[in-house]
Amino acid sequence: MDALHGGPLTAGPEHGTGVDRREFLKVCTMAAAAVGLPASVAVKWAEAAVAGLKPSVIWLHFQECTGCTESLLRTAHPALAELILDLVSLDYHETLAAAAGYQVEDALRSAMEKNAGKYVCIIEGAIPTKDNGIYCKIAGRTALEIVHEVADKAGAIIAIGSCASWGGIPSADPNPTGAAGAPQVLEGKTVVTIPGCPANPYNLLGTVLQFVTYGTLPALDAKGRPMFAYARVIHEDCPRRPHFDAGRFVERFGDEGHRLGWCLYKTGCKGPATHANCSLQHFGEVPGAWPIGIGHPCFGCTEQAMAFRMPMHSTVEIQRPTPPDTYPPIHAEQGGVSPVAAGLAGLAAGALVGGGWMAAKKLGGGEEKETSPDKGA
Amino acid sequence: MTLDRRSLLKTLVAGGVASTAGALPAAAYVRKTAPPGAMGMLYDTTLCIGCKTCVVACKQANDREADPGPWREAKLYDAPVDLNEDTKNIIKLYREGDTTSYMKAQCMHCVDPACAAACMLHSLQKDTITGVVTYDPAYCVGCRYCQLSCPFNVAKFEFSKALPLIVKCELCRHRIKDAAVQGANGFTRYPKGQGPACCEVCPRDAVIYGRRDELLAEAKRRIAAAQGKYYQDRVYGERDGGGTQVLYLSHVPFDKLGLPELGDRPVPEVALSVQEGIYYKVPFVAPVALGVALAAVIYRNRRVEEVRSDEGEAKS
Repeated sequence: MDALHGGPLTAGPEHGTGVDRREFLKVCTMAAAAVGLPASVAVKWAEAAVAGLKPSVIWLHFQECTGCTESLLRTAHPALAELILDLVSLDYHETLAAAAGYQVEDALRSAMEKNAGKYVCIIEGAIPTKDNGIYCKIAGRTALEIVHEVADKAGAIIAIGSCASWGGIPSADPNPTGAAGAPQVLEGKTVVTIPGCPANPYNLLGTVLQFVTYGTLPALDAKGRPMFAYARVIHEDCPRRPHFDAGRFVERFGDEGHRLGWCLYKTGCKGPATHANCSLQHFGEVPGAWPIGIGHPCFGCTEQAMAFRMPMHSTVEIQRPTPPDTYPPIHAEQGGVSPVAAGLAGLAAGALVGGGWMAAKKLGGGEEKETSPDKGA
Repeated sequence: MTLDRRSLLKTLVAGGVASTAGALPAAAYVRKTAPPGAMGMLYDTTLCIGCKTCVVACKQANDREADPGPWREAKLYDAPVDLNEDTKNIIKLYREGDTTSYMKAQCMHCVDPACAAACMLHSLQKDTITGVVTYDPAYCVGCRYCQLSCPFNVAKFEFSKALPLIVKCELCRHRIKDAAVQGANGFTRYPKGQGPACCEVCPRDAVIYGRRDELLAEAKRRIAAAQGKYYQDRVYGERDGGGTQVLYLSHVPFDKLGLPELGDRPVPEVALSVQEGIYYKVPFVAPVALGVALAAVIYRNRRVEEVRSDEGEAKS
């Protein structure tokens, strides 16, 4: 506690980074702001960190590319990667662990025993289910066995990335390993899914830090995604949205519209059907660092129905169409008559009149013919 | 068939009696006034920026399908050109030279609504407390008299459906749950999610929801604060067409925005006076004259026929 009221603060004896109090509080406050928590929680975190009450995090890797971990490490905001190391106790992470072999497996077991029912289990990667899950093994055990064992005693389960959320690339057709996401494997358990390829690290931080601070999970949608990040579709907050509304579309890559930054819908942008906050929270805090920002259509990486299933440049149906940037006049012309239709109608009317005239003439003649014999009679 | 003179006269008399028997003694038409708790909206063209957020919110709140309009192929936009079976609220644009104005069109919730007067089964009714013109599809037979009678061309019919209903703004009455909240300056406010969706989302308060008397006072305050800013320094709907509960302030003539100059008489009053003129004011004459005229035509036709057949008989 002394560290909070002046004096140097070391994040923990095992780190010994020698970060001073001011720097550390600044980092905590920035992290809180980045994930939408009040600034007051920063002090709470700092106190907890100093008191050595850091919650344990166990990070499991299965069928994946480690892209989610990579993007988390590359968050550009000051020391966010360090923050997650300082604020939580990352007890097991295959990519980041200094230890290896039996040593790191021991770390996993001891962390699970020490923090049973309290630790956060983060799952990265899909879990192969075919042939009893023999397609992914760590330390001689299948991914299926590991995920069940670790998730059973976890306080919270978070699936990061599209692979862990619903299968992702490993589950793409023909899915030879029977890859499935954590929610499918851990049926009946609450799994927070943070899909994305890679998932935006701030969405993970927000979820983990809320659990760390308040012991609660954020509000989730039907697919287990935190509402704070996945309630709206990209299209709704897209910086190119005014071009969509005005009907200005990129028709081909490299054309005039593409250079001017027009809407990418016609080149296959899946933004109108993709629930994610990419358009608001760019990757790595670099402005414009996200697919649409660099001129490529969104490919719907957070949506099971689209990513790795739909062709990248085919267009999606607009889920909630909104008005374009045009206005109907006060007295709208409805059902206008085209010149062709008017001509056809004229022809038909002319034929009817002409035919009627001829028929009337003939009728008259017939009557005369009929009556003439009468007269004679 | 033969029709002698005696039976024809009998039929005529019976018909004449029947046509006038139903006529009630004429009572002077009682002008209706808005109920004390009448709710309404105030739309100010000088504030509207044409963002169409209200159009989106209306569709969501009322669960209506998008109308792709000219973009029917791609289904990119919700682009209705007028109020229709999927659109209860629309923003239109008036443009003439350099003069432009947006216009929000929806049900005006008339103080004495023509649609409710025309509705033969009272499917359309005026709420006795809020004055909202409500639609209850339970009795609707789909005659569309409401559509024809509405001076603002608001009521729409679901022509595309097998079991069609009438579609019109009902001031989001399905969202209103409990009482209003008395806000600052005595202006009645409503809890979020309990008023019309269009008013709730308007970013510039160009359209506001509230009690009609308060809205009228607010409109007059705005006129008094900026004399000459608004067309004729007048609130459309205060008395027009017997008064409406949706009020308009505009910087362009109202008729340019599709708000007709109806005078102070409510539409049902005009309609009733015509009917009274025919059936009561000059009793018996109109229906009897019609019957006599028709009888004369029939009599003449029969005469011609008889003469012809007589001629034919004589010749053969």
